Parts: sequence; C-alpha cells; structure tokens
Amino acid sequence: MPLLKDGRFVEDQWQRLEEHEIVPRDGAVIVDLERWQVERETLKERTAPLGLLLLPGQSPEEVAEDLPRFDLIALSFPAFKDGRAYSYARILRERLGYKGELRAVGEVLQDQLFFMVRVGFDAFEVNTRTSEEDFAAEMAKFPAVYQPSSCGETTVFARRHVGLAQCAAE
Amino acid sequence: MYRYDEFDQSLVDARVAEFRGQVARRLTGDITEDEFKPLRLMNGLYLQLHAYMLRVAIPYGTFNSRQMHMLAEISRKYDKGYGHFTTRQNIQYNWLKLDDVPDLLADLASVEMHAIQTSGNCIRNTTSDQYAGAAADEIEDPRPTCEIIRQWSTFHPEFSFLPRKFKIAVTGAPKDRAAVQIHDIGIQIVENNKGEVGYSIFVGGGLGRTPMIGKHIRAFLPRQDLLAYLEAIVRVYNMLGRRDNIYKARIKILVHETSAAEFTRLVEEEFEKIDKTNLLALPDEEIARISKYFAPPDFEELAPSPAALLDAIDQDRDFALWVKANVTPHKVQGYSIVNVSLKPIGGVPGDITADQMDGVAELAREYSFDEIRATHEQNLVLPHVRETDLYAIWQRLVELELATANIGLVSDMIACPGLDYCNLANARSIPVAQLISERFAELERQHNIGDLKIKISGCINACGHHHVGHIGILGVDRKGEEYYQITLGGSADENTRLGDITGPSFPYDKVVDAVETVVNTYVDIRTPGESFLQTYARVGLAPFKETLYAAA
Ligand code: SF4
Repeated sequence: MPLLKDGRFVEDQWQRLEEHEIVPRDGAVIVDLERWQVERETLKERTAPLGLLLLPGQSPEEVAEDLPRFDLIALSFPAFKDGRAYSYARILRERLGYKGELRAVGEVLQDQLFFMVRVGFDAFEVNTRTSEEDFAAEMAKFPAVYQPSSCGETTVFARRHVGLAQCAAE
Repeated sequence: MYRYDEFDQSLVDARVAEFRGQVARRLTGDITEDEFKPLRLMNGLYLQLHAYMLRVAIPYGTFNSRQMHMLAEISRKYDKGYGHFTTRQNIQYNWLKLDDVPDLLADLASVEMHAIQTSGNCIRNTTSDQYAGAAADEIEDPRPTCEIIRQWSTFHPEFSFLPRKFKIAVTGAPKDRAAVQIHDIGIQIVENNKGEVGYSIFVGGGLGRTPMIGKHIRAFLPRQDLLAYLEAIVRVYNMLGRRDNIYKARIKILVHETSAAEFTRLVEEEFEKIDKTNLLALPDEEIARISKYFAPPDFEELAPSPAALLDAIDQDRDFALWVKANVTPHKVQGYSIVNVSLKPIGGVPGDITADQMDGVAELAREYSFDEIRATHEQNLVLPHVRETDLYAIWQRLVELELATANIGLVSDMIACPGLDYCNLANARSIPVAQLISERFAELERQHNIGDLKIKISGCINACGHHHVGHIGILGVDRKGEEYYQITLGGSADENTRLGDITGPSFPYDKVVDAVETVVNTYVDIRTPGESFLQTYARVGLAPFKETLYAAA
C-alpha cells in the first residue's frame, strides 16, 4: 500500500507485525492491541519506535495511560462505510492529547481524505489509484467548514465572529 | 427566513463542482457504478425502478417563492413537469437523466438549495413543525435551532459514515406536529421553572421493521449545550451502534439493547468529557444572530374575524368547508395559517405540477410574506395569511385545483411511493390511496367522520409511517400477491403510540372495503364528539375485529 504523509508519498518505515511474527529488537514495528496487552512489559523495555493498531471496537480510551509509549497509532477502516475510527481519531487528538503519527489503514477512499484530515489523521495507506494531486484536490475541496474538529481549522462560525475571543485563536 | 452568506454559498457551490467531476468520471467509465453509488447517494441521487430519482432538501420545510419557482422550472427542464413532496419535508424528482443532474444541482444552488445529506448514513435534513413561527401554542420558533443543527451537521467529518441514516426533528410547541418521538433524536423546546428556554431530548424513536417510540433521556438541556449534547449522542452511537446487520443498525436498536438507562449514562458521561469550547458551547451572540433571520414579519394590527370573511363563510358552502378543514388559527390576531392540500380526490398524495408550484409561489409572495412550508404529511402551508385575504386565496387555489378541503380528514393520507417507483416495495401504495380517496370522495361525509389519519407503506420499511396512522396500511407479499395488513390506533403526536394489528391481511381488491368497514364501525359506536382515537382508546380492537372479519 502506498503511504501518503502530509500530502506526499513517502517510504513506509514501519513494519506491521502479524500475529505469529516475533518482535525484532530493532526497527519500527506496529503491534495490535492483543499483543500489547499480553507483552506490554517486554514491549515497554524496547527502545526502538513502537506503533499500535486499533481495530473498530477498540477504543483508544482503553489505552489512554499507555499513549506516551507510542510513536504511531494506526486506526483501521475494514470497510469504507465503517466510520468508528473517525470518532477514535478525535478522541485521540482532542481528549487524550495524542501528538504522534495517526495513520488510516484499510479501505481508505480518495473521497474520504478530507474528513480524515479534519478528524486528525496525518498519514494514509491509500490505494494505488490515489495520487498526490488527488490528495491536494481533496484538501481544497471545501472552502469552509462549519464544525470545530481536530485539525484546528477556523470554522465558518469563527470567521463570522472574528471579534469573539474564544474562537479567534486558530 | 435564513439567507446564505458567502460561506454557506461557497460550500454548496463547491459541492456542485465536486459532483460534476464525479458524474464526468462515471460517464467516461473512469469509475464503476459500484464506486459511484456511495458518491451519488451522498448527493441525494437514487437509482430507482425506471430512472434516477433526486431528493432535494428543504431545510425544516421552510422555503420562499423564488425557490418554489425554481423547483417548478427544474421539473419542466429535467423531469416530466411535476414533483413529489415527501414525508421528510423534501421534494423528489422521479424521472431524471444522470448527465442532467449537475446542471440541476447548479440551478438549485442559485436559489440557496441543495440535495446534500438527503440520503446515505449521515445526519439527514432536520425536520420541524410546519407551523413554526405562526402557531399560537409555540414556546419558541424552532427554526433557529434547526438552522444551527443544519450547519453543524453539514459535512460533519466525524459523522458522515454512521452505522445508518440519522434523523433529527425539532418542535417548539407542546402540541407535537413534527412527530419528534419517531425520530433518531427528537428535540422539544421547553421552558423550565426559572423561565429559561432549553431542550427536552428523546432518543431512539423510529419506524421501519422494528418500530420504537423515542426514550426521554434529558428533561432540560440548557440551550448553549445543544451541539455538545448532540455530539455526545451521535458519538456514542457511531462507536457502539451495530454494523453487523443493516436491520439492527439504527440508534433505536442500540438504545433498546443497552437499555435506555445505560444509554443515557453513556451519553451523559461522553457529554461531561466533551470539550465545550468554541462552537460546542453555543455563544448567545450566535444564537441571536441566527434567530434574527427568523424574526417575525411585519404583522399589521388587524381585527379578528372580519365581517367579509364571516359573510363569505355563510354564503359559500365549499369555502366554509375549506376554512373549517384547511385553515388553522395564527398566533397573531387577524391572521391565519392556510394549509394547501396536495391530496386531491383520486390523486397521488404529495404530487404537484409545475404550474401549481408557480401558483403557490405567487400566492406566497402576494399574501404570506413570501413564505411557504412543506409538511411531513405531504401538504404545503402558507403560514401568515390575513383573514381578509382568505376568500381570494381560496378562489385562486380552486383555479389551481389545490383547494381540496380535507386536511386531517380521511382523504388526507400519507402514502409512500410503493411499487410504482420503489425497488424495495412488496405492494402498491399510491393506487390504494387513490381508491380510498375515491371511496370517500364526498367531502361532507369526510367532515362528518372527522379527524382521521390513514398512512400507507408499500413494505416494512415504513416510509409511509403506517405504524402511527390512526389507520395504518402495510403492503405485504403473500405468495407473490399484494396483500395489506391493517393496524389501528397509532398516533405520532405528543401521545405517540404504535397501532395494533387487526388480524390477517387483505388482498388488494378488498383493502378499501376493509378501511370503509373500520370507518363505519367507528361512526356507529362513537359517542357524540368522540374522535377516532378516543373511541379506539375506549373500546379497543374487539369491535373492529368483529366487523372486519365477520364475513370470513
Ligand atoms: S415503505 Fe417500502 S415500498 Fe414504501 S418507499 Fe419505503 S422502502 Fe419503498
């Protein structure tokens, strides 16, 4: 899967570990929640970068305490219609203060990228048909947004009330 | 009325441009129908039995003459010269060609209209009381609240891929004309004992194959918390709602399976945690700014019940019947609310021709401060009419063939599109409505029967709201034949109740007789002044069952 990060294709530095694979000593790896729960103590000792994959049904609030240990969190979209990860993303960014890479994996459609960026994703495993130009076009799709969300864009509301202190800050 | 500012307009225009590109990709074969489907559904475009159908949003049912003229023009340009008003306060066009749709959407955008979020698993167009701003019993006009919800829910990045579609309804009056208890979220504007205005919240109502009445989860929500609370509800639903079975995916099933008490706890917990800054604590300035758009028009000081009106009522029996059924008291003395029936005897409920649309638009501009409403009962409303103008308006409506004096009566039925259009249908709905309407064509008889709501759905999805009809009719399939199940005693107002099934269903050629039997039974056993629902509450199903199945 090509990886788009901040609008550019980049080489994926991360290895996603399957169930049966053992954790290598070095290198950036992504583990699933089950492995994290079972092998937490040993994984914590590890000095190389660690990422966590959460599936729908696995809320980030379950791992709130452990978040500082992760440099990457991957949220899975098993089907484009399964929108649970949009909520997880906002909880991670807005409530739990997660600052690392937030990666969308699974069925990630071009027409959804705008919403994903708005809820806080910054990396996307996209299908081979999506280009950097497509990504740029998606980002420019709507000239304004109504709701406050994770990426901190100024809302229509704030632009209407430029004087209001609480919304002036971008 | 709300007017778009540059931001609203820029978003709607951007959406038209986006969809134009998507249609072009589809027409050149760059994307398959499978890939195109979710994209067109996000723009209200369905592929039906015979053609494409587009559902156009009329936010909370409020629109003006310019918009109505455009709806007429669109039906002439791209359709067969008519449109269909639905139970969602929308208008649908049933005979479109795909390559016309981008131009159609651009025409809509030129009058501040769109088809955004009229389908798909997102927050749909918010519906409301068709008498908003005019009703005598209103605590507050619900439309500013609706408009705030419209903006918040438009292209909501978190809530565009919910387990299932999501419908919100708002009423500002204790008498519920918006059927809030059969919506995913029902909002009732209330006043607490300190005189503050806020919201009472119902969650998990809905019809379909598992009909449920909304659970009351919050008695008083301060108004600045509205959006934060809605985010809490929809977030809990987005994370926990079932996605394994499309028939169990609505929020009503989640509320039912987790229990109303536990669901309420989850929502309150989420609400506590939500960051209530920025828009999610609605500032008074914003509420005031939006409310200003809905300021009452410049009503004149008028005397009530002018002599000319009373004379006309005395002299013209048809006019008198129309006033009795179709005219409703207004909150301002000397004014009335006029209901325009889209249920002519033997017609298709909700259908309207382009010429009729133009006619209603002109009446609105001349007589009703340029305002029109679409109702969830598939009629139209001129909300602010001077009593002195009623006779002139009626005469014009007669010319337009829009003066049927049957609002709230037997022939004012709701019917879904059914087998004539819909690919999910088991049976026809519209012809059943037409036959019933013809059976009871005699208006004096309808007036004698009194308030009676018949609602017809062509399948268990219940788009015709049959569960909450005083008499509900549901099309079922029996070995490939169209049959109809009848329910009695349903209601969608502040005393919402689901109807009871009478027994075995009736074949197509017997269903009208069955309805007439129910009506005759009621007329026979009612006490003076007793409505159908009151009689039903008193006697129950038994006497109706007896007459319905006597011959069998
Ligand atoms: S109730 Fe059934 S037949 Fe009628 S419109 Fe809905 S899905 Fe179609």
